[in-house]
Amino acid sequence: MAAKIYGICWHGRGGQGAKTAATMVADVALTQGKYSQGFPEYGPERMGAPVRGYTRISDAPITIHSSLESCDAVVVFDDTLLDVVDVCDNLVEGGPVVVNTAKGLDEVKKSLKLKSGQKVFTVDANKIGLDEIGRPIPNVPMIGALMKVTDLLPTDSFAHDIEKKFGRKFGQKVVDGNNRALKRAYDEVKAG
Amino acid sequence: MSTTVANQKASAGKVAAQEVLGLTGNEAAAEALKQVNPDVAAVFPITPQTELMHKFAEYVANGAVDTELINVESEHSAMSATVGASAAGARAVTATSANGLALMWEIVAIASSLRLPIVMPVVNRAISGPLNIHCDHSDTMGCRDLGWIQLYSEDSQEAYDNMIQAFRIAENKSVMLPVMVTFDGFIISHTMERVEIISDDKIVRNFVGEYQPENYLLNAQHPVTYGPLDLPDWLFEHKRQEIQGFLNAPEVIKQVGREYGEISGRSYDLLEKYRMDDAEVAVVALGSTAGTAKAAVEELRAEGVKAGLVKIRCFRPFPGKEICAALAKCKAVSVMDRCISFGLEGGPVFNEIRGAAYGAGLKVPMVSHIYGIGGRDINVTQIRGVFEELKKLASGGKIEAVESYVGLRE
Repeated sequence: MAAKIYGICWHGRGGQGAKTAATMVADVALTQGKYSQGFPEYGPERMGAPVRGYTRISDAPITIHSSLESCDAVVVFDDTLLDVVDVCDNLVEGGPVVVNTAKGLDEVKKSLKLKSGQKVFTVDANKIGLDEIGRPIPNVPMIGALMKVTDLLPTDSFAHDIEKKFGRKFGQKVVDGNNRALKRAYDEVKAG
Repeated sequence: MSTTVANQKASAGKVAAQEVLGLTGNEAAAEALKQVNPDVAAVFPITPQTELMHKFAEYVANGAVDTELINVESEHSAMSATVGASAAGARAVTATSANGLALMWEIVAIASSLRLPIVMPVVNRAISGPLNIHCDHSDTMGCRDLGWIQLYSEDSQEAYDNMIQAFRIAENKSVMLPVMVTFDGFIISHTMERVEIISDDKIVRNFVGEYQPENYLLNAQHPVTYGPLDLPDWLFEHKRQEIQGFLNAPEVIKQVGREYGEISGRSYDLLEKYRMDDAEVAVVALGSTAGTAKAAVEELRAEGVKAGLVKIRCFRPFPGKEICAALAKCKAVSVMDRCISFGLEGGPVFNEIRGAAYGAGLKVPMVSHIYGIGGRDINVTQIRGVFEELKKLASGGKIEAVESYVGLRE
């Protein structure tokens, strides 16, 4: 019987880096000796439109090539999506929903259709992005928050991938900013 | 990110060290092309293939390969340039998808009839229209009679592995046919997953070998003509020779698959039989869906259902006898097609298997499931649904419709 596959569903808006987050977590999982997949749900690609990314991680080879039928964790990059998308729909019982928001936990909970035991976590990743990277780009901070909540992969293991993804394109300042943002969100994420 | 792994089979002596990379299907195919270092590549963008040749063009630009890259103005020109280069004596490649393949159609048939060993990755995408950029197999199934060998890849690993083997198959003197290596658009081409790459390019280049053309235009000592008028007095004989290439191909494909296993630890055959030894209900699939079906088979096996899968890797030449032998003990079979054959009951793969079954005396109840058109998702639950139908047929149920649809709103 195949090993358990851990599935993450990333909800963002076009331009927020949901695809980058989905593939970065998959890529880093490989360095930890895991099997993984990272891919976006392809549809009309427009800046600002709701988009999804998926990550699968397992200790054994993954042969499934479909979108995730159910997921073990949900990450939401933009709290305005909560009114548009039922992000808890295919989340397992007791699974975490990590939301990027400046709002309070109770307010966020009201916008979610939570089911049996699903837990909410919040972090202001836009502010962290602005402070540390200079842009309200939530993807790398949200990875940090997810790692705190799930303990999936050590945060130190992301440094190499952050360098690889951003180093050549944006320079050392952006790399350092992303590393700080990831660790800050790890520390600042709040449990519901 | 990369980790060099000591391959577990390295103790066998021949298996090369591999590097684990997170690659998309397009990147994996481009990596294979880089390691092979072909003489000529004609490139033209089309979604979802674009990133493949984009990546390869980077390798050309940074000097990783010394391939002559030709930027052309259409796919018709891409295949024409590839044919010209191959006829001149070069190892030549191009790549495309869907409507790009449709536009080069005329020259695709000329490439095979001239017996030019071109290798072309085709990233499967629905043939328009209406316009759709997502995966189905209407592009490559549509040209199944144009004389190309077709290898379908389940995942990025197979896209890489098939690309390397394709050169050896195409250039074998008893074959001399062009090879299409296909993988599913977006589902494979744009999904990043774990791929093992042979670390040392030289090992790949040694495996593929130096291309030694026999009759080529740039050989001034033995002038030849390519593509002259071929009227009723000779065309039939030339087509018969082309048939011979296809008759010789299966043994070559199997031999290359075995030899590739020796250097990579991953062997290949014409098809893969997954949990078929005692299977009572089986699906036949190709491309990425074969992998999703494996997960469905595992779930059903854990519940005590004798389920199995036959994955077709080599669709041309068609391994009809091997498929029927694999299905011989089954009580019900579904052939899953990601393509519609309009006006015919059942998809193209289904009809080929049903035809082969007649010759093999195989009388198993067999149905056609059409799915995944235009990139419509196909998941484990849906494939389990197909197996549920098969269980009913296996216990004496009647076939209500030979052709039915998975994941369709009606």
